[in-house]
This record gives sequence, C-alpha cells and structure tokens, in this order.
Amino acid sequence: MPKDGGIGASTKRREDIRFLTGTGQYTDDINLRGQAHVAFLRSDVAHGRIKGIDTKAAEGMPGVVRIFTGADFEGVGGLPCGWQVTDRHGEVMQEPGHPVLAQGKVRHVGDPIAAVVAETPEQARDAVEAIAVDIEELPAVIDMKAALADDAPKVHDDLKSNLCYDWGFVEENKAAVEEAFGKAAHVTSLELVNNRLVANPMEPRVAVGDFAAHSGESTLYTTSQNPHVIRLLMGAFVLGIPEHKLRVVAPDVGGGFGSKIFHYAEEAFCTFAAKQLKRPVKWTSSRAEAFMSDAHGRDHVTKIELALDADNNFTALRTETYANMGAYLSTFAPSVPTWLHGTLMAGNYRTPLIYVNVKAVFTNTVPVDAYRGAGRPEATYQLERVIDKAARELGVDPIALRRQNFVTEFPYATPVAVEYDTGDYVATMDKLEEIADISGFEKRLAESKARGKLRGLGVNCYIEACGIAPSNLVGQLGARAGLYESATVRVNATGGLVVMTGSHSHGQGHETSFPQVVADMIGIDASMVEIEHGDTDKAPMGMGTYGSRSLAVGGSAIVRATEKIIAKAKRIAAHIMEASEDDIELKNGQFTVAGTDKSLAWGDVTLAAYVPHNYPLDELEPGLEETAFYDPSNFTYPAGAYACEVEVDPETGKVTIESFAAADDFGNIVNPMIVSGQVHGGLAQGIGQALLEGCVYDENGQLLTGSYMDYAMPRAEDVPFYKVDHSCQTPCTHNPLGVKGCGEAGAIGSPPAVVNAVVDALQRAGHTNVMHIDMPLSPSRVWKTMQG
Amino acid sequence: MSDITINVNGKPVSGPVEGRTLLVDFLRGAGLTGTHVGCDTSQCGACVVHVDGKAVKACSIFAVEAEGAEVATIEGQANPDGSLNVIQQAFQDHHGLQCGFCTPGMVMSAAALLKENPRPSEHEIREYLEGNICRCTGYHNIVKAIMAASGQDVSAIAAE
Amino acid sequence: MKGQGRSKATGPVQEETKMYAFDFERPDTIDDALKALGAEDAQPLSGGQTLIPTLKSRLAMPSKLVSLTAIPELKGICTSDDGALCVGAATTHAEVAAGAGAYPALAALAGNIGDPAVRNRGTIGGSLANNDPSACYPAAALASGATIVTNSRQIAADDFFDGMFTTVLDEGEIIVEVRFPVPQKASYQKFEQPASRFALVGVFVAKYPDGVRVAVTGAAEDGVFRWTQAETALSSDFSAGAVSGLDVPDNAMIGDLHGSPEYRAHLVKVMTGRAVKAAG
Ligand SMILES: Cc1cc2nc3c(=O)[nH]c(=O)nc-3n(C[C@H](O)[C@H](O)[C@H](O)COP(=O)(O)OP(=O)(O)OC[C@H]3O[C@@H](n4cnc5c(N)ncnc54)[C@H](O)[C@@H]3O)c2cc1C
Ligand code: FES
Ligand code: FES
Repeated sequence: MPKDGGIGASTKRREDIRFLTGTGQYTDDINLRGQAHVAFLRSDVAHGRIKGIDTKAAEGMPGVVRIFTGADFEGVGGLPCGWQVTDRHGEVMQEPGHPVLAQGKVRHVGDPIAAVVAETPEQARDAVEAIAVDIEELPAVIDMKAALADDAPKVHDDLKSNLCYDWGFVEENKAAVEEAFGKAAHVTSLELVNNRLVANPMEPRVAVGDFAAHSGESTLYTTSQNPHVIRLLMGAFVLGIPEHKLRVVAPDVGGGFGSKIFHYAEEAFCTFAAKQLKRPVKWTSSRAEAFMSDAHGRDHVTKIELALDADNNFTALRTETYANMGAYLSTFAPSVPTWLHGTLMAGNYRTPLIYVNVKAVFTNTVPVDAYRGAGRPEATYQLERVIDKAARELGVDPIALRRQNFVTEFPYATPVAVEYDTGDYVATMDKLEEIADISGFEKRLAESKARGKLRGLGVNCYIEACGIAPSNLVGQLGARAGLYESATVRVNATGGLVVMTGSHSHGQGHETSFPQVVADMIGIDASMVEIEHGDTDKAPMGMGTYGSRSLAVGGSAIVRATEKIIAKAKRIAAHIMEASEDDIELKNGQFTVAGTDKSLAWGDVTLAAYVPHNYPLDELEPGLEETAFYDPSNFTYPAGAYACEVEVDPETGKVTIESFAAADDFGNIVNPMIVSGQVHGGLAQGIGQALLEGCVYDENGQLLTGSYMDYAMPRAEDVPFYKVDHSCQTPCTHNPLGVKGCGEAGAIGSPPAVVNAVVDALQRAGHTNVMHIDMPLSPSRVWKTMQG
Repeated sequence: MSDITINVNGKPVSGPVEGRTLLVDFLRGAGLTGTHVGCDTSQCGACVVHVDGKAVKACSIFAVEAEGAEVATIEGQANPDGSLNVIQQAFQDHHGLQCGFCTPGMVMSAAALLKENPRPSEHEIREYLEGNICRCTGYHNIVKAIMAASGQDVSAIAAE
Repeated sequence: MKGQGRSKATGPVQEETKMYAFDFERPDTIDDALKALGAEDAQPLSGGQTLIPTLKSRLAMPSKLVSLTAIPELKGICTSDDGALCVGAATTHAEVAAGAGAYPALAALAGNIGDPAVRNRGTIGGSLANNDPSACYPAAALASGATIVTNSRQIAADDFFDGMFTTVLDEGEIIVEVRFPVPQKASYQKFEQPASRFALVGVFVAKYPDGVRVAVTGAAEDGVFRWTQAETALSSDFSAGAVSGLDVPDNAMIGDLHGSPEYRAHLVKVMTGRAVKAAG
C-alpha cells in the first residue's frame, strides 16, 4: 500500500480548492491599473497583397490610443522558429519570416494586419472596423499536393517554392528498405489522412503587457505552458529585451495541449505596445479568434506500406507523408513531422528496416504545430492502421499479428535512431485483454445485433518517446534550445520547503504531485512543501510542460536539487551530533546516527542552517537552498495497448463508443489518481479526433469550422466511462524517479482503436470492401462508406 | 450607462452597465472572476451561473435582465464555514477537474441538476452536461463526482 | 501559485462585450413593447439565446432591444376551449418541457432543445420568429398546423415560414402566442448535427383525425417543409413500413460539412420512420 501523501498515493489535489471556489487566477482575471485594450484587424482572405492601409478614420474614433500596422514593426524581429530541420539532400529547411503584424502580404485567414489600442475593448473593436485595407486577393494554396505543383502560387515570394523541406529518415536505409519490399511475401499499403485539429483549451489565449518606466522592465502575463521559453524567444529574437529586463508570468492556465507552448504575435505585440505607450495593454482572444490564430495540430496525408515475410513477420516499413506547416513556421512546427514522428515508426515492433519520407509544405492556412502527442499520434495511427489492414488481408487475428512482432528484449535499438530502455508489451496486451474482456466480445456482438446495431472491436498498441530530451541529441537534430529542466529548492528556517520549478502546470496537478516526491525523499508531510511555477522571476530557467516531460525531466531536477539539500542537511546534522557524515541517516524526517540513539528532527537542522550558532561555518555556508539542472540522457518510452468497442447505427452511420479500455506502462507512478485523469483526458481527445473533430478549409482558404457550431467538440454524452489500468510498470532506467510520462498516451493510442473498431464493425456486417475510413468518422462519412 | 444592483450570492452588487453589458462581464468586472468565458456562441458553459435558482449562461443574458434577481455564482457555493460543499468536495475527491477552467460552470450545472433530480443516472448526467464542455478530464471523473455527490456508490466505476 | 499581477486594479473593469451599442428597454405590457419597437431599427429580444451570440459576432446592429421577458401576458401554457394547447411567446423551452403534458411530443421536443441553460432562457416565440433552418420548433408548429398569434393577426403555420431565417412577420410585429391543435399521436425525432447539436434533420409526425402531417427541419435549403408524400402514405397506413417504400423528398437539400444533400434526404426517411414508430 502506498504511504499516505508520498510517492504512489492518490493524494487529492490542493490546487482544486481555489479552482472549485472561483478563486483561481487566470490571465484574463488580471487587470492592471490604466490598462488599454487591443483588438486586431485580421485578414479575411487567405492570400493577398496589402496595397494600402488607411487608419485615418479609425484614429479619430472615441477612445483610440494608437493604431499599429506592420510598418511599426519594421525594425523589430519576426517570430522565431525553434527547430531547424535538415533535408535529405543535406540542405536546411526553407524558413520564411513571420512578422508580428503582416508586412506586404497576408497569408492566411486570421493573419493580423493592424492592431488598435483603445481605452475599452468595444472601442478597439469599433475602430478596427473603421480601418480601410486595400488587399489584392491572390490565389490561395490550400491542398498540400497542389501547393507543390510547379506553377502553384507561392505563399512566400522570397522562397523557392512551397516546400519547407523534404526529409528522409534514415536516408542510408532507403535502398535496403526497397530491397526488402522486393523480397516481401506480402505488402500492405494504406493511404490515410491525419485530420487537422484545433487544440481548443477551454481558456482562450490572453496576453497583458506591462512596462515599468522607472526600471525599464517589461512584464508579460500570458497563457503559456512555458514562460521561460517565451521570455527567451520574445526577448532575444523579437523585441531585443535582455532577460533581466523581461519577466514573463503564466499564472493559472486553463489547458494548453500544446497550443500554448508557442510564442505568438499577440504576446510580442502587447509587450511591445505597453513599452511604446507606457501603459499596460491587454488582449483577450475570443473563441472565433482562437480558431484562426492558435496553432493547429496534425494535418498529415500519408501513404504507408508494410512488408511481411511468409511467416507474417514484419520485414520493412516505408512511409511518405505530406505535413502541413500552414503559412508560417510556428515555434516547434518543423520538429513534429520529423523527429517526433519518424523516430516512432518502429512502434512496439521488431521491424528491422524503416524509411520515412516527409515533405513539409507551406499553405495559406493557420500555422500547424504540436498538439497533444505531436507527431507520435500521427506515427501510431498509420502504423496501427496498416497492421490492422495487414491482418485482415492475411486473415489472421490482429492481436496475434501484433504479439508475434513485439519487441521483447530490452534495451532495444530501433532502426529509427532511438533506443527503448524498458518495456513489456506482452504484459500490457495481456492486461488489456483482461480489462477489456476481449473473450466476451462475441456475446456482446450478438446483443448488439439483436438491437439492430453493428458492433466492432478495435485493438492497437502505441509507444511514445517522452521526457524530451537529451539536449546534445536534440541539438544535433536541429533544436535551437536545450531541453533540460531546472529546480530550486528553498528550505526555510522552520523546515518548510518552497520548490521553484521550470515545469508549468496547466491542469496536470504539479502543486500536488511534486510535493509528494520531495516529502517522500525527506520523510515529512507533503503539506510542508509548496510549489512555485509559472514566473520567470522565480524559477531559474525552465523549458516548460509538454511532451509528457514534467515529472520525468522537471521532477528529476527537483529530485536532484532535493538530494543536494539532503546532502547538505546531513553534513549539518553530522556536525551537531558530532558524528561522521557517512553515519547519518534521514528517515521520516529524523536524522539519526547509525548504531546510536542520537537523533535530530528535520526542523532542528533547517533551523541550524539559518541560525548557525553550532554550525560548521569553516566548511559550509549557512542557509539551505539548492538549484539543480537536469538534462535527461534519453527519452522515456511509455507504451501500452488500447481496445475500443463501437456500435454503428446501420441506418444513419452514427458511431457510439460502447467501451474503451487502456492498459498503459508509465513506469513508476507518483499519483495514480492524477495519472488516470491524464489518460481519461487524452482518450476523450483521441476519440474526438476519431469521431468528431476536423478543421476544414474550403478551396479559397476560408475556415469552415470557425466555431463550436461547426467544429465538433467531444461532450459528456460522446464518451463512456473508461477502463484504465497502469499496473504494468517497467520503470525507466535513466531518470531518478523511474517515471515515463503519461500526459499524451491517451491521445496517441486512441484514434486507431476507434477506427479499427468501426472498420471491424462494417466488415462483420458484410461491407467487406471497407478497408479504411478517414477521420473524423462522422455519421455522414460512415453512412457514405456503407453505400459503397 | 446606468447603475444596477444585482443580488449575487446573497449580497447586493452594484455597478454601471450599458444595455450591451452581459451578466458575465458585470460579474467579472465586480471582481467575481470565477465565472469564465470560453466561447462566443453560447456553447461551452464555462459561464454557467444560477439566476433565480435556474442554470443560465451568464454570457447569454444581459446584466440589466438580471436586475433585482438572485444570482448565484461559484464564489458563493462553499459552506458557510468556508469548507467545500458536497458537490465541490466530490469534484476534489474524484479528481473531477484538471485545469479548472470549465469547473465553475460544471459545478453550477451539477448543482442545478441535483436540485431537479437528486439521484441522476450516468446517462442523465451526461445528457444534462450537453452545454458544458471540458477539454481536460474526458468527463469520466466529472460524471463520477456528480454521482458521488448525489450519494450514489461509485466504487464500481473504474478505478481512480 | 500565489498572487501575481503586481498592480491589480481594485475597481470594476469593463470586460469585453464587444457588441455594437444599443438602448435597452424592458416593458411589462405588450402595448409598451410595441411602442418601444416603433423606434427605427428596434428589435425584440426574448430569451436571447440566438440574438445575443448574433450580436457578439456583430452580425446585427439594432438601435434598441426591447425585452419581451418581463411581460406576463406573453408567458404561460393553457388549453383553449377548442382543446388547442396555447403557449405564450415568451414561455421558455424548459417551461414547455415541464408544462406541456397535454402534448407530450411537444414537451419532449422542447426538453431536447440545446442544453438545460439554453432551455431556461430560450423561448418558443424567439425560435419561431428566428426560423433557423435547423431549429426544432418550426417542425412542431408546421406538423401541428399551429396558429401563430401576433399582436395584430393570426397566421397559420403553413403561411408563416418563408424560407431560411425569414417569416411573414412585419417589422415591429411580435408573436404573442402559439396555438397547437393536439394530435392523437405524435413524435419528433431529431438527428443531431455533431458540432452544434441542432437538428441535422428533424422530423415531426403528428396524427390527427383528419390525417397525418409530417414536417421536416434541418434538411432543406428553403427551411422547414411538409413532406406531403409521406403524409398521404401515413394517412392511409400509419406505420413505419408505409414510409420505407417512398422515394426521398425532392426538395433541394442542404449540403455542407456535416452531410450531403443525399445523406439529409436519406435521414428524412429514416427519422420519419422512427417518428412513426415512436408515436406508436
Ligand atoms: C447552445 C445552443 C443550443 C441550441 N440548440 C437548439 C436546438 O437544438 N434546437 C433549436 O431549435 N434551437 C436551439 N437553440 C436555439 C434556441 O432554441 C433559441 O432559444 C431560439 O432559437 C431563439 O429563442 P430566444 O427566445 O432565445 O430568442 P432571441 O434570441 O431573443 O431572438 C431570436 C430572434 O427572434 C426575434 N424575436 C424574439 N421573440 C420574438 C417575438 N415574440 N416576436 C417576434 N420576434 C421575436 C428576435 O428579435 C430575434 O431576431 C440553441 C441555442 C444555443 C445557444
Ligand atoms: S462562455 Fe461559452 S457558453 Fe458562455
Ligand atoms: S478541467 Fe480543464 S476544461 Fe475542464
């Protein structure tokens, strides 16, 4: 049984109290004295040349403080891209500029052209409508393949083409892969679309810029998953403000799912305008604006081929993907279809030869970047769909085919550059079969049939690379940032601790789970530990929360800093108890000397650190505060197996999720309650992608899904109670907690299970020609498929 | 601009409003920022409050329409001694929230539901929450918390 | 996380409403409402569940809103001498769901519009006046042969709807009451559009002694319509089987992201069959 409050306990979340009583503080709850409001004039065409902007009438409108256009930003940097991909010919990607406000051209619906700062939001919006813009509309490129045609209009006139890069991985394997396909006993191929999604955290983005004229210090309050990264990118690349003159605060953040990682124009604008106007400037996104300005996710078009030998062993895998970048390169966009995607193509299987080709394409759409899972859902989806199809073509059980090809020995070096440290895919599949009651499926099938419904079962596996990542490795791969994490642990005189972490919580419960770790190490009550995050003035540095890295990387930094604290505290205790440092033990908050009955309480030692009367001053500084930077030596590799049962209404094509089971291996677990919650949320997003969500542009680049009236969000009625299990645990071998990360698994592992299940249902009902349906499996799409 | 007074959580709150001032903006402007705005099409439910005992989307009613009404918001839900009420406590116990942004609306909707239907089934809860979108929890623990708050045994519902 | 925001404002701050400005009146009699509506570009406001989102997106620019929700004459449900169910225009969906026991299919329809918070504000008058092509009430009114009573006249449902988002209401004319003859059997079946949860296709079937009426919403480009072939077939044989043999209606159907014209036409048939079955 886990101890109450330490590692392994389902400690209730302390942050819930403020959220449940309406006393949380989100960015939009911050109003600074004298603040002005900004409204953006956004392009309503997908592609056009700006021939003139007339702000005269607008300037005279009530309450208008100042109107900014692209010209005001000419001496200012553009929004930077944090990852440079080198293509298969050894050339670096094409990297266009990304101005804060459009200069010369608009490149997607929603591209900001001008900004009105006014006394009230209404006045700002009124004045926006009074700005006259003369735009010569240009033909838009929306479809990726069309964008690569020789005569396609160019999104960026100064680039050679709309191709950002043509990436091959592992390029040296290409010939061997071709050869293996030539020898294959069976080849299964599948073309599929990984639908474009909008992250849609329930809190829309907000930015409040502030400037203190007396100190020359700028402050930005923003809805961010990584305030330090924003400080670095915005300060160094856009506005030229050194870190010591720039503070970025991300207070309570209402969900992110990737979309709040990136540095956005509105953040730079509010910081810039506050400095120019010497007063705070606030922007609150409407949901409509969010749809056209938050980075989108996914949007891959892929052809995947799997080669098998006569015994159904996977012998080679080949994929060709078109990845939409949108109109500009968002902060981490180039890494998503490449290093976060290609490196996962081995999945849970022993496929010896793999070749991945990705063509990243500019189009006149909102930039696309990481969304929960980022690259790994795209990899998992194609792989697990093609395996299902192969099983169907070969007439073998899809679970058996997977089991037969599982990696079973660890560490395992894949042919796509990564090395899995631990895992047990057989165990998670066994667990899945148990919790999903796979053997009882036939009975449930019969019951559905009696009710006139088509039932189907879909199973798949997934693996992800989390805890991103060793800085030296990602540096070689093109990252322009390190990916360590930092923590400062400050022990107060009376023994309480404040932990300042560079990880950021926007729903993950760090304020509860991080203290569990620290308290466990010292043997004190978790209530003695307080977490501070989200403020660049507090934690030394931080890369933030995404890629399921908070506990694996941020937690490890906390462990390292706490180890330093304990080491120093032991030296103090040794001095006071006149014992050798090596004989000091710390247990349950008590320092003891081995083999004696001498002891000192935690609080006695911490007090001595600050009241150093009896203290080894010649050896040790007073005080008890330590900082650690942790840089992981490898990724972590959570993995699991998922099963979904659906019913399809044969008359309408409507799919309902009857049950969903997830067996995950996250390594060690600090707070099982929080882990399950993370999986639940991921599952709903994956089910949403599979059945409901899809961001659609028409051929002119108009966004057809610009609100919840047309973008279908999963609701309570669309999902069942999930069965989740994480009792299979193969601890990560290279971080001190043995944890792997759980934030994205649900979203990565669930879409193929749903699609596999629907295809299964249709096949069982006699639609034997149906091998695939593209997501989202909306009623109309499923119905159309059934019409043949 | 005219001044109006609305009884919020039993206390009169006064402030200047225009015709177009929404109730949610009136409340937030008065410092009651627990009521959130998550959309502009009246669909997400982050703004749900009670007006004269009924669940209403505070983004879809003008402040002047609530003049003289009894409005209840998330800030007034805790017990008089400051402890969490049954629904709030169940949300904490069953991890019915993550980022907390949808939570005020969820709690207010749950309170309205339990008033109408003291022992709702899973299906009734899911149906009732049609107008409350949560992007974090996948709804599992929200539904479970509401069942628990209504005194139902939820131990059989999948772990954690 | 504790307090940040170093210089938090203390006084009330106007947050972002962002609509155009307008005057607001809240009369308590129909006469006063009509007077107020005499102003140029004045517009009635009922539950606001359609009008407020419209104003937020700046798609309407009234000079004045005249709220109808404080007028007692416009509220409530009763049964008239001829047995019709009369619903005041400002009666909310929730009130109809709870109070229209005399017409269960109507109560069920109202209880399934939007979500509980929308039902606590949205009204029948607002829904009919708005005539959204995907709204539910228009199907009930048309299938029931309801009478829409305004401040100046009585309009048969057959004459009231005039294509998507348009009705025969004049400027300044308001709906006061809706009278529904109560059928022997009826049912409304709604197939929800996955995002908005309005009707992708909704079919209301009502069986009266003198025949069956079938009204379809959500499907056609011209808005709610009567499917006369189905009415004829069902009037002689009130069974789901009577529908399955029919061709789909030949109205021009809506084609969009959520369903092609063919799909909608197909759903009209499916939902009609289900409504007949559910009506019993
Ligand atoms: C989230 C959500 C989900 C919804 N789901 C559905 C659904 O599933 N099915 C459905 O049918 N509807 C749905 N609706 C719409 C809802 O039913 C609205 O309440 C209704 O359409 C309009 O009624 P209202 O009273 O709110 O009218 P308002 O919004 O106040 O007014 C609508 C229009 O009617 C005019 N008007 C109002 N009253 C009168 C009157 N008495 N005489 C003349 N003109 C008048 C107004 O000037 C305005 O033009 C939904 C709305 C929301 C926000
Ligand atoms: S803010 Fe979304 S429903 Fe009110
Ligand atoms: S808890 Fe984040 S939206 Fe519900």
